[in-house]
Amino acid sequence: MTGLAVLIPIALSLGLAGLAAFFWAARTGQFEDLDGAALRILIDDDPQDR
Amino acid sequence: MSAAAAAATGTSVFTVDGVHCASCIAKLEKGLPELSGVVSARVNFSSKRVRVEHAANLADEDIQAAIVRLGFEAIPFVGDGDVAVRRENRRLRTALAVAGFAAMNVMLLSVSIWSGATGATRTMFHWLSAGIALPAIAYAGRPFFTSAWRALRQGRTNMDVPISIGVTLTAAMSLYETATGGAHAYFDGAVMLLFFLLAGRFLDSAMRARAADGVAALMRRVPNEVRVRASDGSVERRLAAELAPGMRLLVAAGERIGADGLIEQGRSSVDRSLVTGESVAVPVEAGDTVLAGTINLTGPLTIRITAAGDATMVADIARLMENATQGKSRYVRIADRASRLYAPAVHTLAFLSLVGWLIAGAGLHQALTIAVAVLIITCPCALGLAVPIAQVVAAGALMRAGILLKDGSALERLAEADIALLDKTGTVTLGRLQPLAGMPEDPFERGVLLSLAQASRHPLSAAIADLLERRGVMPVTLTARTEKPGLGVSARLGERLVRLGRPDWVDDFTVVPEGTVSAFRIGHGDTRVITFGDALRTDAVMAVTRLREQGLAPRLLSGDAAGVVAAIGDLLGIDGGSRMAPGDKYQVVDQLAAQGRKVLMVGDGLNDGPAMKRAWVSIAPSSGTDVSQLTADLVFFGDRLLPVPLAVAVSRRTMRVVRENFVLAIGYNVLAVPLAIAGHVTPLVAALAMSGSSLIVVANALRLRSAAR
Repeated sequence: MTGLAVLIPIALSLGLAGLAAFFWAARTGQFEDLDGAALRILIDDDPQDR
Repeated sequence: MSAAAAAATGTSVFTVDGVHCASCIAKLEKGLPELSGVVSARVNFSSKRVRVEHAANLADEDIQAAIVRLGFEAIPFVGDGDVAVRRENRRLRTALAVAGFAAMNVMLLSVSIWSGATGATRTMFHWLSAGIALPAIAYAGRPFFTSAWRALRQGRTNMDVPISIGVTLTAAMSLYETATGGAHAYFDGAVMLLFFLLAGRFLDSAMRARAADGVAALMRRVPNEVRVRASDGSVERRLAAELAPGMRLLVAAGERIGADGLIEQGRSSVDRSLVTGESVAVPVEAGDTVLAGTINLTGPLTIRITAAGDATMVADIARLMENATQGKSRYVRIADRASRLYAPAVHTLAFLSLVGWLIAGAGLHQALTIAVAVLIITCPCALGLAVPIAQVVAAGALMRAGILLKDGSALERLAEADIALLDKTGTVTLGRLQPLAGMPEDPFERGVLLSLAQASRHPLSAAIADLLERRGVMPVTLTARTEKPGLGVSARLGERLVRLGRPDWVDDFTVVPEGTVSAFRIGHGDTRVITFGDALRTDAVMAVTRLREQGLAPRLLSGDAAGVVAAIGDLLGIDGGSRMAPGDKYQVVDQLAAQGRKVLMVGDGLNDGPAMKRAWVSIAPSSGTDVSQLTADLVFFGDRLLPVPLAVAVSRRTMRVVRENFVLAIGYNVLAVPLAIAGHVTPLVAALAMSGSSLIVVANALRLRSAAR
């Protein structure tokens, strides 16, 4: 029973962390351009010459 | 760059054509900041837009020019497409996430209960489930609750009514069960039900948001500023809304005319396709009338305004559109029609089992538990998914075939259409002039012709240049190319004079050839007379034949002359009306609708707008006007007409799958309901049955993925 007292809060907080991460991602517009994200990985970013 | 960054106060959004790969994104995002004043550029690949942060003093036109220099076509983007669709999409997404989180965690707890937790542990797990599920239901269930409430207030029912009643009763019953330390709490079932249903809704709305993006990308901004000559001779810019009859309007070649009027000075030709649907440019000179919304093609014009704003013919059509009863407004979606029968049936069934068990001598608590179990089992989980999932899969298949679905119920209505009316210009035909005969075959002559044609903006020259460029002809270098407005283009090829233009200017014709023609001559060689016309879409005959095979009895509705319509009708094997004003087309559709026919209207022009709005369902080509695309339920891309019968075929297949899904979902109920009435359904059985039937429905719908091939 003592195991439960530890494990259930852990399980719930992990789930909530996932949900919070999703809300954060949605709010910062990461779902606005799903197709573009797949292509951006292919862009060769030259190191900035300053 | 730092100076510009400090002054970054403006944001402009452009719709960009031609972005299709990673390097296009990189080109825009790295190329635009090189323009002084631009701070940053960010491409949204999904909606084909670029958002530019720039200094306040940088004009949109300069940024647009910079994008064009980078090799893309850019149109300033106004308004954010269909804002309501995007907002709904976002709301469903968060609701789906919340329901998903709750479903997973509640299921975790439920599994331990099913595997044998009893007594205090079970009660604690039930309380934990309640703590997760109740807020989640309150939040994620809102789309259903609000829609059900709205329907009930208007005295209707829809699919959301049985869903809302089922979910609310289940949650209340489970809470009671938890409080009294009972064995059967259905929190998992309720949350999972919401999750499945939200998944269907979300996919449906994602599809519509995508289509809205696609259509917004096609929108062109109509210039709302025009140049007016004041009485003292000075020229000033004015808003189109401020024009009044009597003013003198200056229209440069290539500009859209802002008001109806009489030409005072100048000679040009006018593209009236927006208003009349006629593709052939009409030559105009002083004394002729021009209409607002038409495009001045070849020479500058001075126009005395006779009607502006609300009095123009374009505004007349707009009014006709507004007053047109929408054909689809009375349409009730198939899911809602099904639930009209379904909801009373299951609610009666649940009530009867409650009464039946009470009469049979069961306690109130047991009888209630069983009645709620009946409601949960019959809660239209698979039924709620049956329609959206099939339509989403079909819409995806159509999108890959170049057909955008704009309206959620469009497939349902298209499947029911029983007569097809086709506009001629721009719909059955390509809506642009093409050389039909008389083009030279010799490669050298073709090169000379291309070089001449490229020197002019006249629509006939543009048509020649377009055709030859697409055939891969290389222009031959000519000297002294000059354009004589109203006559043609001449140039020197070594010692010889080459000319392209009016036949009587190029050569001494005793009889000037009829129709839309142009003549081309090298030196004193033979004169070639090139005839132009609006060509049929290459597969028009096949498409019309297939429409006829589908039982749609296609007919033409055209604003063009009777002879032209008859000629094209003969070619396609159909008849049709000619010289039809926008109001006439509307009348035809209205009369057919009054006879109970379900009209499919395919059109592209402003003049088709009222008829398309009145029709049961409408389709527009992507080359059509904004009005037709906004009104249409489906928009197809490309130069072919076959997407129209294809869309009809896909819609019919989709509805067949939808009906199969209904049978599957109801069949599962027929099996499970007796169990529930007999009192044998436990939360575990309910959860298994619910997910099982949903999976079957989804799997059946996935068969539509190749429907558009």
